[in-house]
Amino acid sequence: MWRTLIKSIREYKKPTILAPVFVALEVIIECTIPFITALLVNQIKAGCTYDVVLRYGLILIVLASMSLTLGWLSGRAAATAASGFARNLRKDLFYNIQSFSFENIDRFSSSSLVTRLTTDVTNVQNAFMMLIRIAVRSPLMLVFAIIMSFLMGGKLALIFVVVIPMLGIGLFFIIRAAFPIFRRVFRKYDALNRSIQENVQGIRVVKSFVREDYEKQKFGVAAEELRQEFTKAEKILAFNGPMMQFCLYINMVFILTFGAYTIATTGGLNFNVGQLSSLMIYSFQTLMSLMMLSMVFVMVTIADESSRRIVEVLSEDSSLQSPENAVQDVPDGSVDFDHVSFRYSEKAERMALLDVDLHIRSGETIGILGTTGSSKTSLVQLIPRLYDATSGTVRVGGRDVKEYDLTALRNQVSVVLQNNLLFSGTIAENLRWGNPQATDEELKQACEFAQADDFICSFPQGYETRIEQGGTNVSGGQKQRLSIARALLKKPRILILDDSTSAVDTHTDAKIRAALKSYLPETTKIIIAQRVASVMDADRIVMLDKGGISSVGTHEELLKTDAAYREVYESQSKAGEQE
Amino acid sequence: MKPKNTYQKGTLKRLFRTLFSFYPVALPAVIVCIIFSSAVSAIPAVFTQKIIAVLEQNAGAGWGVIGPQIIRLTMMLAVLYVISLILSFAYTRAMAILSQGALKRLREQLFGHMQDLPVKYFDTHERGDIMSHYTNDVDTLRQLISQSMPQLLASGIMVLTLFSIMLYYSVWMALVVLFGVSFLLLAVKKIGGNSAKYFMRQQKSIGKTEGYIEEMMAGQKVIKVFCHEKEAKTGFDAVNDELFHDSEQANTFANILPPVIMNIGNLIYVLVAMAGGAFLLTQANNLSISGLAFSISIVVPFLNMTRQFSGNINQVSQQLNAVIMGLAGASRMFALLDEQKEADEGTVTLVNVTEQNGELTESSERTGIWAWKQPLPDGSVRYTRLSGDVRLHDVDFAYDADKPVLHDVTLFAEPGQKVAFVGATGAGKTTITNLLNRFYDIADGKIRYDGININRIRKSDLRRAIGMVLQDTNLFTGSVLENIRYGRLDATDEECIAAAKLAGADDFITRLPEGYDTPLTSNGGNLSQGQRQLIAIARAAVADPPVMILDEATSSIDTRTEAIVQRGMDALMKGRTVFVIAHRLSTVQNSDVIMVLENGRIIERGSHAHLIVEGGKYYQLYTGAFELE
Repeated sequence: MWRTLIKSIREYKKPTILAPVFVALEVIIECTIPFITALLVNQIKAGCTYDVVLRYGLILIVLASMSLTLGWLSGRAAATAASGFARNLRKDLFYNIQSFSFENIDRFSSSSLVTRLTTDVTNVQNAFMMLIRIAVRSPLMLVFAIIMSFLMGGKLALIFVVVIPMLGIGLFFIIRAAFPIFRRVFRKYDALNRSIQENVQGIRVVKSFVREDYEKQKFGVAAEELRQEFTKAEKILAFNGPMMQFCLYINMVFILTFGAYTIATTGGLNFNVGQLSSLMIYSFQTLMSLMMLSMVFVMVTIADESSRRIVEVLSEDSSLQSPENAVQDVPDGSVDFDHVSFRYSEKAERMALLDVDLHIRSGETIGILGTTGSSKTSLVQLIPRLYDATSGTVRVGGRDVKEYDLTALRNQVSVVLQNNLLFSGTIAENLRWGNPQATDEELKQACEFAQADDFICSFPQGYETRIEQGGTNVSGGQKQRLSIARALLKKPRILILDDSTSAVDTHTDAKIRAALKSYLPETTKIIIAQRVASVMDADRIVMLDKGGISSVGTHEELLKTDAAYREVYESQSKAGEQE
Repeated sequence: MKPKNTYQKGTLKRLFRTLFSFYPVALPAVIVCIIFSSAVSAIPAVFTQKIIAVLEQNAGAGWGVIGPQIIRLTMMLAVLYVISLILSFAYTRAMAILSQGALKRLREQLFGHMQDLPVKYFDTHERGDIMSHYTNDVDTLRQLISQSMPQLLASGIMVLTLFSIMLYYSVWMALVVLFGVSFLLLAVKKIGGNSAKYFMRQQKSIGKTEGYIEEMMAGQKVIKVFCHEKEAKTGFDAVNDELFHDSEQANTFANILPPVIMNIGNLIYVLVAMAGGAFLLTQANNLSISGLAFSISIVVPFLNMTRQFSGNINQVSQQLNAVIMGLAGASRMFALLDEQKEADEGTVTLVNVTEQNGELTESSERTGIWAWKQPLPDGSVRYTRLSGDVRLHDVDFAYDADKPVLHDVTLFAEPGQKVAFVGATGAGKTTITNLLNRFYDIADGKIRYDGININRIRKSDLRRAIGMVLQDTNLFTGSVLENIRYGRLDATDEECIAAAKLAGADDFITRLPEGYDTPLTSNGGNLSQGQRQLIAIARAAVADPPVMILDEATSSIDTRTEAIVQRGMDALMKGRTVFVIAHRLSTVQNSDVIMVLENGRIIERGSHAHLIVEGGKYYQLYTGAFELE
């Protein structure tokens, strides 16, 4: 897992290596400082001349400046390395997602992809920075401080042998006890937030049923549960500080008592006051390092789950790729389904399409009807090779779709998806997704065909009107017509409308179809609809049922032969429809 | 509007006031604990001084002489340590309990207050922003309350105590330390300020990047269909690079602050050592509270104290970002708590009554007959039977004062009548229904329910008397049965099931894996749109109000489900006054009266037959010659 992640360091290898090197040097110098200070203190005590004090002082100033510079350099290197690593990770994730096929996209929900790109990457970034800095610093500090203590305090330093394992074991138990509780806390936290979200979303329901107090009470219970768990976890963590203090205090009392004893009995020959004060500093440094080390451990554990989720996306290979020596040219708009069966994943129990055999001539208009779940969408998504057929072949322009270059194929097969989305930007920018080089006249013409020009021109800023994220500032019908115009700008050989006029009134719907028919006679048009009216003037209508074709024919033929078709037609023609 | 990253003046004071009001006794006790505990942890320096002094004075005297004195001192130190340990153990634990308790109460306050806010608040604030009060803001406060504040207090006390001890030993030396520390503070201000600045920028960049990613992930399929991958990548690189830059800067400043402080600390240490040496060598006169003369026993603890001093400043500086973030979070939370609650000055209430000889008598039991209880000026009470008669007189309304939405709307619905609204998006259909149950208050005109001005009816009772089935179905986490019972909390299981049968939902519910006990999650994500709507209809049926508002939405449902939903709606409408926002003209046809709305005015009204004959807009709509948006 780590191997996959580390690949994303790339151009930040230098700071990634430099940061620990600087840290190591910094630690060495930092540990030397109390040593020199001890010498200085002893010199002062011995009543040396002022030059000696000055000399030691200068050495210390140089050391401190070096330590500062190194600390600065390592801090900057670590920041660059970690931020750069995070940048590359995000980039690799995003780029890989761009290569995803529909099948890959289906496997991850879009909200989970967002979390992976944001929160998870941030967790890994923080852990990474800890690893190249604190995780290097703490153990080194621990080792050096202990070595120095022994050098200086001799036997006195043996107290570390007692205290360090004590603190270590204590920290281990605290983490082990607190971690599962924190996991539970986070789950409870998520649940609480979900219920708040439900409330914010459904505030009209809450208020119209006068359930404010009921909701408050429900929330109170959940908040109380969270409080209890959280308090339990924090109470365990609350042992941390006092435990650290305890170890430190034992150290201090021991060093002071036995240090004084050593000084008194040896007359300050082997051990002296300066060393005593340095030893106290070392003991603080040692314990502090251990504490930091435990923090690194916690951070890395948290990041572990995040890394797993990131690697999952990074190592997902696109299930669809352009073949080598791909065909670039789509000769015409004919579509053939040769005994095509399809299922969304190998695990899916049900075939979405079962042995579909359908042949569409170039320039033909095909209507597709069927109830929800009859796989209308699945059928058309095979044409631009958004998915691959499980068995059988799908051919466009007489060639297997797998032979085409994906971009070339999709530029000729334009789909208006059911869940059509506009992006933040102007209307013109959105339309140019279809063709970045389109002139203003071409935009206008496409919009006229899609019956969108009128309402666009009614906006004060016309084609320069800004669309908000998710297209919230245009109505459903307007969104659909803009999506159709966007698809038309590709000037495709095959145009697929997947229930793309459901929010458009019947009259406008008819106008769009009429425009398509007269201005794009060469283009094959495949129209999926709920309304019979949207497809009844098609050259042929395909009735789908449970993933298979139940009948094919013109409106008149189907009225005569297909009972289901007749039933839908009659139920819908009873009343005019709108919106 | 995106949440602000700055905080209002007075936030800290208000936060303290709030916290103290939660724990008027416990919190001051904890603070006293912290103060004592950290003061005590500064004192060992005194003992070091004493021990060294003993060693100095009795140099060469042997352990027999020195021992008892040293042991006495270390024993006292040990006792002091034990006290400090007890105090700090007590306060860290108490802090864990208090901070979680305070957070819980803050959450409850937030949620409770939010529930009482008018619908307008929810319409004018983004959901994500409202949610971030509970996710981000409470989190930053947790950090502030449970870590930063105790740390700041402890370090502050420590610094003060240390400085007092320094003054006790030597004013001159203390001044030397102060001189050094002023440089330290300058560095903290400079680097810390930069760190905070970039930290805020980083937060902003994160928000921007997240927004971009969210949009692209949601539109991933459209990107594929239009082969727009390259452009998406280019756009991403731009925001990603910006985030990298801000994050690099923010982290750099955060990373270099501790080594800078610690090493300036080291320089001060050297400065103090040199000054101490100079004082010792020159035998300068000491000025101190204790009256002690300069000796090595003063210089050594001074050196240790200097180190502790900078160590504590380092601790404080580590908390700076958290404090700024926490205060910004608190500020945003207080802004929500300061939002005006929904006002309710209504005095007319809904009560159960029994009827005898046309005389209504209030009853404490559920009788099935409801009446409005109106207190009259003379102190007497008038009961009016709840029947569902709704009238609007010359109603004007505007969401924003300068953009009127409704003009002179006058209409009436007698008990059992069905009134349909037809019109384009923005014509004001939904607005009228928003006014009936007082989600919004009208600007001018009158709305009467059973002859009573709805402003005089208590909101909760008015809303109980009006049911709603909305276009966007909102279900709650819980079982199917619980969701239906949401309509009336004291409904029995049988009543809920009967309501489901009426709505036509019973059929699919019984086929669910656990029937009525099937748990629903994430707004009923495991159900289809049509099924969710059927549950919403059943929920309204359980409530059984005399007036219903139906916002029909069927565009994303296939025709067969649509027919089932339609049957459910029809069953629900029977015997009630109904306001229906129609999306299909077929449901409109059998309405008693159809209102055609345009730009906030009723332009046509009458029955289907009447409007067809009139040949106006409705006729054009019906024949498909005109489109609605």
